[in-house]
Amino acid sequence: MDVFIQQTINAISLGGTYALLALGLAIIFSIMGMINFAHGELMTITGYSLMYAGLAGLPFFIAAPLAILVAVAAAVLMERIAFRPVRGGSPAAMLVTSFAVAVILQTLFQNLISTRSKPVILPDILAQSVRFGDLSIGVNQILSISLTLTILIALNWFLKRTVLGIAMRAAAEDFSIARLMGVRANAVIAGAFAISGALAGAAGVLWVAQRASVDPLMGFVPVLKAFIASILGGLGSLTGAVVGGFALGFIEIYLAAYLPESLQPFREAMALGLVILLLLWRPNGLIPAFTIGREKV
Amino acid sequence: MALLDVKDLHVRYGAVEAVRGIDLTIEEGELVALLGANGAGKSSTLNAIVGLAPKSAGTIHFAGKDIGSLATEDLVRLGITLTPEGRRVFGALTVEENLVLGGFPLGRAREARRQNFERMFELFPILAERRSQLAGTLSGGQQQMLAIARSLMMSPKLLLLDEPSLGLAPQIVETIFESIVDMGKAGITILLVEQNVAMSLEVVDRGYVMAAGSVVTSGTAAELESSHLVEQAYLGHE
Repeated sequence: MDVFIQQTINAISLGGTYALLALGLAIIFSIMGMINFAHGELMTITGYSLMYAGLAGLPFFIAAPLAILVAVAAAVLMERIAFRPVRGGSPAAMLVTSFAVAVILQTLFQNLISTRSKPVILPDILAQSVRFGDLSIGVNQILSISLTLTILIALNWFLKRTVLGIAMRAAAEDFSIARLMGVRANAVIAGAFAISGALAGAAGVLWVAQRASVDPLMGFVPVLKAFIASILGGLGSLTGAVVGGFALGFIEIYLAAYLPESLQPFREAMALGLVILLLLWRPNGLIPAFTIGREKV
Repeated sequence: MALLDVKDLHVRYGAVEAVRGIDLTIEEGELVALLGANGAGKSSTLNAIVGLAPKSAGTIHFAGKDIGSLATEDLVRLGITLTPEGRRVFGALTVEENLVLGGFPLGRAREARRQNFERMFELFPILAERRSQLAGTLSGGQQQMLAIARSLMMSPKLLLLDEPSLGLAPQIVETIFESIVDMGKAGITILLVEQNVAMSLEVVDRGYVMAAGSVVTSGTAAELESSHLVEQAYLGHE
């Protein structure tokens, strides 16, 4: 039973990170109709920011928000430099652009920093754990779960309770009409990138906090997982992205924990197999977006 | 000075020229109809005025200001808006959120927004009942009322109304036309695109008739009613 609770906490923690990443992808997709495959590089940028902040001797509680801010700035710049020129272009053009941005950034990391994995200095407390009766929960997990929850609640408040948030949801549904209401396309898209940058930054901090290292390709696998999670949840649906992220986290952790040793090599394949089964059952995802295939800007 | 002055407007989608050089003027306070068969270029004209359709030539002046090169989101701040064909309410947003967004150009003017809310709920009481319901779950008629109310939330000087009665039950069509008359009385200038010619000519002051991308005739509502030009424009006779 204790093992089960332990694994469930791990699943919530990993699923939360996937949820943050998937949410970042979903926000951009719902507004621009583009999957931003360079989203993972925002995580990597966060990782390197943490590394340099650590080397400069900044304490973690300052370094982490700083690294997230760097990711926000990077996301906004990415939109300005790479995605604005192809906005309104074909989905293929936007997709290829995002791959190009990802590859360019990876190459830059490899050439300017290192091709190898670099250690990140983290406070010792992250490696410790807190005991609750018989249960011991890692500080890392507590940080991960509480940060994820805080962000989800804050984002939900922003999207539901502020005029700007309502404008972003409207723009995601029907951009032309949102513009008729005086909503500025540039502002909404820049805002969406800023939010997705913050989400990638938070996920990056959590990812690095677990591993204490960063490498040029760090963002690739988690963003691929987040992509799967957002498809599982329903592409373009924000709630779906969160549900998909947690679902994938649970599937992966439980398979890792309870699959017999001999089947462990097939873990990833089985996880993806389960995702396919879920999609066969619900082809538009667990919680489909309200408007699939509407006109995007 | 006319409130809206359109000169030699052309709209082109690739190889197809939907609007072929039309002139249109609307004075402040007028209710004007733009009539014509399907594909005559009426919606393209409205969309081009608000910058949502590609204008390939021509000029558009609003209250003396050249708005031909302004982006949609900027020109609505001058006081023009469009209630689009097919309503296009934000289905995943509540009725109230749709209206909040309609008032977006008002910026921080909370008082103005609150007053407009009350006016809209007075104009369409059903919206007040449904204020926290998702717009996508409303009936077609209610969605049309919401679409109009959403446009009115920004207190426009000029409202472009595209096919407000399309696909609605006769009783609802009555309600919609009554609201158009009310809006006219409240001093809003309206350019109305409609398939329902008879009802349109009852409420408007003047009308233009389009066929194949050009204006074929224009005149007061009474003139258009008594002439055969309108029928010809619909039936395609010369």
